[in-house]
Amino acid sequence: MAGSETRLVAGEGRGVSRREPRSGLAVALWATLKRDLLLLMRRRSEVLNPLVFFALVITLFPIGISPDPQLLATIAPGLLWVAALLAALLSLDSLFRGDYDDGSLEQLLLTPQPLPMLALAKVTVHWLLTGLPLALMAPVLGIMLSLPAGSYLVLAFSLVLGTASLSLIGAIGAALTVGLSRGGVLLSLLVLPLYIPVLIFGAGAVQAGIVGDGAAAHLAILGALLALALMLAPWAIAASLRISING
Amino acid sequence: MWAFINKLRSPKWFYAIGARLQPFFWVAAAALILVGTVWGLAFAPADYQQGNSFRIIYVHVPAAFLAQSIFVSMAMCGLVYMVWKIKVADMAAAMMAPLGAAMTFVSLFSGAVWGVPTWGTWWMWDARLTSMLILLFLFLGVIALRGAFSSRDSASRAASVLAMVGVINIPIIKYSVDWWYTLHQPATFSITGRAAMPMEMWAPLLIMVLGFYSFFIALTLMRTRSEILRRESNKRWVRDLAGEKR
Repeated sequence: MAGSETRLVAGEGRGVSRREPRSGLAVALWATLKRDLLLLMRRRSEVLNPLVFFALVITLFPIGISPDPQLLATIAPGLLWVAALLAALLSLDSLFRGDYDDGSLEQLLLTPQPLPMLALAKVTVHWLLTGLPLALMAPVLGIMLSLPAGSYLVLAFSLVLGTASLSLIGAIGAALTVGLSRGGVLLSLLVLPLYIPVLIFGAGAVQAGIVGDGAAAHLAILGALLALALMLAPWAIAASLRISING
Repeated sequence: MWAFINKLRSPKWFYAIGARLQPFFWVAAAALILVGTVWGLAFAPADYQQGNSFRIIYVHVPAAFLAQSIFVSMAMCGLVYMVWKIKVADMAAAMMAPLGAAMTFVSLFSGAVWGVPTWGTWWMWDARLTSMLILLFLFLGVIALRGAFSSRDSASRAASVLAMVGVINIPIIKYSVDWWYTLHQPATFSITGRAAMPMEMWAPLLIMVLGFYSFFIALTLMRTRSEILRRESNKRWVRDLAGEKR
């Protein structure tokens, strides 16, 4: 069922770009965005699972460590960031998997549009439905971990910026492993070391928000990391997708 | 220039030139490491604070230097392979990766051993230690990715892309870990005196570093040559080399 829908929507996208050849790229980008959003909205569990995972992992820590609010408050920034990072990682494997299985990834490679831009559109959808909800949910979990007041906005904002970088960097790993039948664990081995700078400045921003100064500097660096990832990652993703498809 | 690159394309040429260069680097490696070890362990003066335990530096620092250089040269080989499709570059990259991981491990392990007498603990979340640990994971990722593909061509290209992505990230990781470290714990100690090291301590260290590099070059040449034979085992020149009658 899902497969036939995929083909239908992909076909529509191609039809549109044929009718308007001049603004081909914009149309193709829009079609990719719309199609991916539609597909994910019809498989809601894939969107919800990372969020549930996030909440579950956060629940485990007070049980495993101590319910003492003071202790939890000191470790909350790092905890929330690590859990959100793992939740984002969990959702990466399915980023290109469905398209690879039903062949629409090959169609994407065959389109005359630049592959890095199309990959960027796919990553944008992934971030919209994974990173953004995680960022919105984090303050609620922050209350449960008695995160000190004043850092909630910073937490959400750092996650908005940070998860975008995570999606971009992670997509490289996802693209490299999409052709492998058991890419899941390998994917985390490839991607997690590259996540460390984002984690440092993300958790650092929340930490600084609690102390009361310097959060803006951390957020600025998160923004810089995002700008760098936006510039370089699409090309790496495109090259990796070509390797995975041709190999 | 182009003639040179075209020559590099040929595994046969590399095999021959490697055979000529290899003995030189082996001799250099053996001599330098021998001189450096004896000088460093027996003749260099003991540190006035750390006593004799500082002598671990003669293994620790060269291994750490080499580990980082190996990652960079692996990425450069990857770039050469992706741009010019020079297979020898990929073979060399594949052969470097395990040595790089081993060197990273050696530097981490010797750092831990050194930590016991100086800091009183095996492991500290020191900025240098942490970034070396991350480097080890990057090496393991490249090795694992190469092993995961069944097609050799895809494996080579995927490992090349990952090595290049990694090498862009290494400075970012390095600086962010430095930042993280200064934020979280003020430096209560530092590996002092590296810049202000007296000549008698510094000279054997330089010799050891050069020795380690020669060892790396010699070993990579040797392993790349045998990898050439393995991958090109169907080619006529390899069969002729093996004295196979056809």
